[in-house]
Amino acid sequence: MKTINNVVCSFCGCLCDDIEVNIENNKIVNVKNTCSLGLSKFLNYDKHRILKPRIRKSKEFVNVSLEEAIDECVKILSNASYPIIYGWSNTSNEALRIGMEIAELIGGVIDNTTSVCHGPTIIGVQDIGESTSTLGQVKNRADLIIYWGSNPLHAHPRHLSRYTALSKGRFVKTRKERKIVVVDVRKTATASIADIFIQIKPNSDYELLSALRYAVNNGEIEQNEVAGVPVEKIEELAEMMISCKFGALMFGLGLTMSPGKHRNIEAAIALVTDLNKYTKFVILPMRGHYNVTGANNVTCWTTGYPFAVDFSKGYPYYNPGETTIADIIARGECDAALIVASDPISHLPIESARKLSKIPIVTIDPHETPTTKISKVVIPSSYVGIEYEGTAYRMDGVPLRLKKIVDPPDGIISDEEILKMILSKLRGD
Amino acid sequence: MIKVILITGRSLDQGTSKSIGKFSKEYMEKLAICELDPEDLKSLGIESGQNVKIKTKYGEVIVKAIESKQAPHKGIAFMPYSMWANLLLGSSTNSSGMPTFKGIEADIEIVKEGKIMDLNELLEEKIGVI
Repeated sequence: MKTINNVVCSFCGCLCDDIEVNIENNKIVNVKNTCSLGLSKFLNYDKHRILKPRIRKSKEFVNVSLEEAIDECVKILSNASYPIIYGWSNTSNEALRIGMEIAELIGGVIDNTTSVCHGPTIIGVQDIGESTSTLGQVKNRADLIIYWGSNPLHAHPRHLSRYTALSKGRFVKTRKERKIVVVDVRKTATASIADIFIQIKPNSDYELLSALRYAVNNGEIEQNEVAGVPVEKIEELAEMMISCKFGALMFGLGLTMSPGKHRNIEAAIALVTDLNKYTKFVILPMRGHYNVTGANNVTCWTTGYPFAVDFSKGYPYYNPGETTIADIIARGECDAALIVASDPISHLPIESARKLSKIPIVTIDPHETPTTKISKVVIPSSYVGIEYEGTAYRMDGVPLRLKKIVDPPDGIISDEEILKMILSKLRGD
Repeated sequence: MIKVILITGRSLDQGTSKSIGKFSKEYMEKLAICELDPEDLKSLGIESGQNVKIKTKYGEVIVKAIESKQAPHKGIAFMPYSMWANLLLGSSTNSSGMPTFKGIEADIEIVKEGKIMDLNELLEEKIGVI
C-alpha cells in the first residue's frame, strides 16, 4: 500500500491541503483528515463514470472515438453565431486558460459558475473595493468571526476547525478567545455552535446591514426592530464589532442570491469599511466549488474581467445582467454551448434549462449528470486533483497545486488535454 | 395549504450524495425534499416523510416534507439546490446576472395523488428530452 501525504482536497473552496490518501493497485482504499464531503468524493470518484466519448445520433447516443467527438465539437462551435462556453469551477486553471483561447477564437461568451454563486460579490467588490486577508491571517489573529448567510458546517465543514472557531492561531489560540456570530434565516448547524445567533427575516439583509452601519457610526435607531431583529441586539453586535481586535465577516449565498444581490454585498463591504475606522476588519466570501476562485482569476488575467466575458465583438466585453450566462440563456440568444466541468441543467431555473436543452451542447465531464444526458456530444475527462495535476485557487485567493494520485481509466484524458485538441482543430493546425 | 418563503441552498447531504452519483438512489432521497419547521408540518396536518406539492408562480413539484433539524424557521421552507428545487424558480435576473434562488413566495399542500419524479422522469417531462 502506498501513502501520499499533503494531498489537496478538490471539493470545496477550502482546498484543505493536509489529506492523507492510501492507495492499493491504483485504487484509493483509505482517506484521512477529510470532512464527509471530501471523503465522499475521494471514495466515489471512480463510480458513475463516463468511459467512452459519445454523440447523439437522432435520439440515441452512439459511442465514438475521441477524434470523432472532437471533430463534432469543432463543427458545432464553428457553425454557431453566438456560442457560450460555461463551467470551469471544477477544473484546473490550466484547462480554463485553453478555454479562454477557444472563446476568443470563436467569438463566444465565456462564463464560469460564479455567475450563479458569488457573481454579485464580484460586482460589489468592483464597485467599492474590499478589505481582505488570507485565511491564515484570520486563523492567527481574528477574535471575532461573523458568518452571514453561510452555513459552513454543511458547505465547508472544516472551515471552522482550520481557520476560525476551533482553530489554534498564533495569537488567538482557543475557542474561548474568539466570539462567533451567525446571521441567518434559519438556526443552522453552524448557528448552534455560535456565541450569538441573529435570526433575520428573509430578504432583509440590506436593511440589517444598513442598521448596523448606522449603529457603528453612532446613530440611534428609531425603531424597535429592523429585519426582525430587536434594536438592542443590533447595538450589541455593533459594539462587539467595534471593540474586537481583528474581525472577519464571512458571507455566503444567503447574501448573493437573495433580492438585493450585489447591493447586499456593497452594504456588507461598506459596513466593514466603516469598522476599519475603529479596528481591523476584513470581509471574505465563502466560495463553493474548489476552483471557482481560480476561474475568476484566470478570466481576469486574460481579459481584465472576472466572469461573463463576451468575445463576440472581437474584444473582451463584460456587462453582468447582459453577458451573464443566466441572462443569455433566458433571452434565448445562444445557439451552441460548450460545458466544461459543470451541470447547468441541474442548476439553472427550469425555463432556462429547457431553453438550453434546445441547442447543441458539448459537455466535457468525468461523470454522468442531467447535462451529459441531454448533450449532443459528451467527452469524458479525468478528475483534477485525483487523476491529473493542476492549479486551483483557495477561496481566499491563495493558489495551490493539486496532485495526481492515481491513473485515470484507460483512454481518459484531462479537460486541459481535450481542450487543447479542440483548440488545435479550430485553428486548423 | 400553507404559505411559505422558499429558500434553496447547499446541504451536507447534497454534497456527499452528489459524489455518489446524480442518478443514484441516495441523491434523490436526500435532494427531492423540503425541510419544514415542526409547526408548519403541524399546520399542514402531516408527519415528517409525507409527500407535499410546492407551488410558486413559476412552477410546481412534488417532494418529501422533512422535519427540519435547523429550526426554528416557521414560514420558511428549505430545499437543497437541485432540479427539483429549480422547477420552482424564475429565470429572470432583473439585470443582475443572478436568478433569485432564495426568498421566493410559495404554497405548500398535501398531495393525495402523484409521486416524486426521478431525474430521468424530470428530464423527460419537464425538459422534454430523452
